[in-house]
Amino acid sequence: MKNTVTFILSVVIPLVIITVVLRDATRENKLLAELKEEYSQPHIPSVDHSKHEVLQRDFDNPHEITATCISCHTERGEELLNSFHFTWEREDYIEGRGVTYLGKRNLINNFCTGIFSNEATCNRCHAGFGYEDKNFDFTNQYNVDCLVCHDNTGNYEKLRGGAGYPVPGQDFRTIVQNVGRPTKSNCGYCHFHGGGGNNVKHGDLEEALLTASRQVDVHMGVDGGNMDCVDCHTATNHVMKGRYYGVSSANTRRATCEQCHTAAPHLDQMLNTHVAKIACQTCHIPEYAKVNATKMYWDWSTAGELEDGKAFELYDDQGNPIYQSIKGDAAWQTNVIPEYLWFNGTADHFLLSDKVDTTEAFLRINTLFGEASDPESRIYPVKVHRGRQPYDPVHLSILQAKLWDREAGRGALWLDLDWERALEEGMKYLDRPYSGQWDFVDTEMYLPVNHMVSPASEALQCQDCHSRANGRMQFVKGTYIPAKTTYAAVDNMGVLLIILSILGVITHAIIRYISFKKAKTSTNV
Amino acid sequence: MAKIEKVYIYKLYERFWHWTQAFLIFFLALTGFEVHGSFTFFGFENAVDLHNKAAWAFIILTIFTIFWHFTTGEWKQYLPTTENLRAQAEYYVFGIFRNAPHPTRKTLISKLNPLQRLVYLSLKILVFPVMIASGLAYMFYRYPSQGEIRQLGIESLERVAVAHTIGAYVLIAFVIVHLYLITTGHTVTSNLKAMITGWEELETDEGEVPESKTVKDPVGEKMEKPGAEPEINPNSYNKEPKN
Repeated sequence: MKNTVTFILSVVIPLVIITVVLRDATRENKLLAELKEEYSQPHIPSVDHSKHEVLQRDFDNPHEITATCISCHTERGEELLNSFHFTWEREDYIEGRGVTYLGKRNLINNFCTGIFSNEATCNRCHAGFGYEDKNFDFTNQYNVDCLVCHDNTGNYEKLRGGAGYPVPGQDFRTIVQNVGRPTKSNCGYCHFHGGGGNNVKHGDLEEALLTASRQVDVHMGVDGGNMDCVDCHTATNHVMKGRYYGVSSANTRRATCEQCHTAAPHLDQMLNTHVAKIACQTCHIPEYAKVNATKMYWDWSTAGELEDGKAFELYDDQGNPIYQSIKGDAAWQTNVIPEYLWFNGTADHFLLSDKVDTTEAFLRINTLFGEASDPESRIYPVKVHRGRQPYDPVHLSILQAKLWDREAGRGALWLDLDWERALEEGMKYLDRPYSGQWDFVDTEMYLPVNHMVSPASEALQCQDCHSRANGRMQFVKGTYIPAKTTYAAVDNMGVLLIILSILGVITHAIIRYISFKKAKTSTNV
Repeated sequence: MAKIEKVYIYKLYERFWHWTQAFLIFFLALTGFEVHGSFTFFGFENAVDLHNKAAWAFIILTIFTIFWHFTTGEWKQYLPTTENLRAQAEYYVFGIFRNAPHPTRKTLISKLNPLQRLVYLSLKILVFPVMIASGLAYMFYRYPSQGEIRQLGIESLERVAVAHTIGAYVLIAFVIVHLYLITTGHTVTSNLKAMITGWEELETDEGEVPESKTVKDPVGEKMEKPGAEPEINPNSYNKEPKN
């Protein structure tokens, strides 16, 4: 008995000691505390614009407002002429294409498909005045709209169908006296409404972020960091950090989590090692569109149907339009679980001059580059927006329809509901070949999810990815994920080895038992 | 004529090592196959944590045991030999069923039969090193250092993990067969008792001085104090066995 106790103690005690020694001490996340301290300081402007004499007046002409800004901020006008918010294209290098000049100015997308011939309405979100067609003067600094980004009253309105011009007759006197650092509502004025409505495009950028709690977005939440967009999307000479891969291609000037949180932000080193292959967003944005729905599917092919000779709309139970005669079928979703892709920060785009490959299941509006074997690639959460768009089956090119006009009868789809005429007008505007035939092609567009970061307590847990079935990484290829990845050959051989061992042992034991019995019987006889 | 003698065959450290290792292998298999995704018991996060801690315990135990093997000379027990190898194999396949005698006599300086020597040696120089090396690679193929993640020259976890998994299956098969073969001693439980108490009834020739006496304290370790139970009284080896 005493021996048994000694024996058990001699086994258990060293194990207990080892466990205690290896236990992680609870530590405070000093970096996080410092960041909270730093970003809770309110921004104190260095200038009170209401004290400037040149602003003590009424304005009618928006260009004159810009000129007044430039009269003090003498170099900012020229600066803006090189800002992506104004140029709507930028120089990038794309693997396989070389140097390209791409942006909203010349790219297609998976929502309203492109700005071409619709500039007057789309370009309400251009940081300029008068971008009404392809003849816009991108070299005139007085075409810059300062107020859409710098109005701090929250009242500045750009005109619908006004090509970027403001609604006339606003109280510009008050607005210009209250300009300053861009707030969430400045950025959100355009970026929340991409695709033609709140949260249509991004899914992680929407009006709710102006008032949301930290559960929705730990940084912007009013009871969280209450941070502004520009706290992360910092700018030098109006060149901002941040990439939207619907229009960007290069892995430069990105706004990253690491710029504040470093590349090893966790106290747990096991989590830190994940950073090499897993983007922060993957675990920390378990779902997006947490408040209002985002558009997940847009089928243009069904646009144009009429009810009693009139355009009509159908809504889902949350009030989102699932059919509109002017836009076709749509699917909306809230609390969306992202799809996960390898992504290295570079992307390609389908250009109007590219050929549609009809042997592919779908056309990629943009392509996020990346794969497991690429050391620059990490697994990112992505909103995949699926759709159907018109293309030319003869020339195998993507078509652009004229969607909008100020008046009916000029071929705009949204007014006349006539595909044939709308495509004709759109392609005529683009001055690209069009056979006159059209069909629809399935499309996908990939939007990495970066916002609506949840509190750490809501982040994904190990087993969300490390599990055999239905884990978040179930479609991620090319990497070994413990508990998810298995090789049938290894496991089958292993299990076979165990079964054979057990069978062998049992067989041996039975024969041994029988021969033992026999021997006993023969002795007894 | 053979005589049964009680011999103090497994020293205290040896038993501590054996049972700690046995426990750790069982525990590593339990947590390891949860990490592998075979079942859920502790939860993945806990399983990883416990597996890593048990792994460190195993490595520390291994280092101590290597030291023990060399300082005591016990490593010689594992030198492979072809002598009796065939006879030993034949014994397990045929002789054991005819109640034939063990072809290899177990003595204090030669505890292992030729088959055991081979199997344990391959555990020590093949399976354990593969498991420890692949396990360390698994833990450290990426590691944080000075605020960034560095990595060993291992691009993917795949090969490391596959090697570690194969090793785990081999170890489980070993444990199954091992658990059975320990019942093939002098009596069904004599090997088990020996590994717990240190004392085992061994056959010696009539009149032959027991090995334990001839090889006087061969490894410099003092014999364990006699226990309370009379059957493990070391003085009993000059008398007839109790049973």
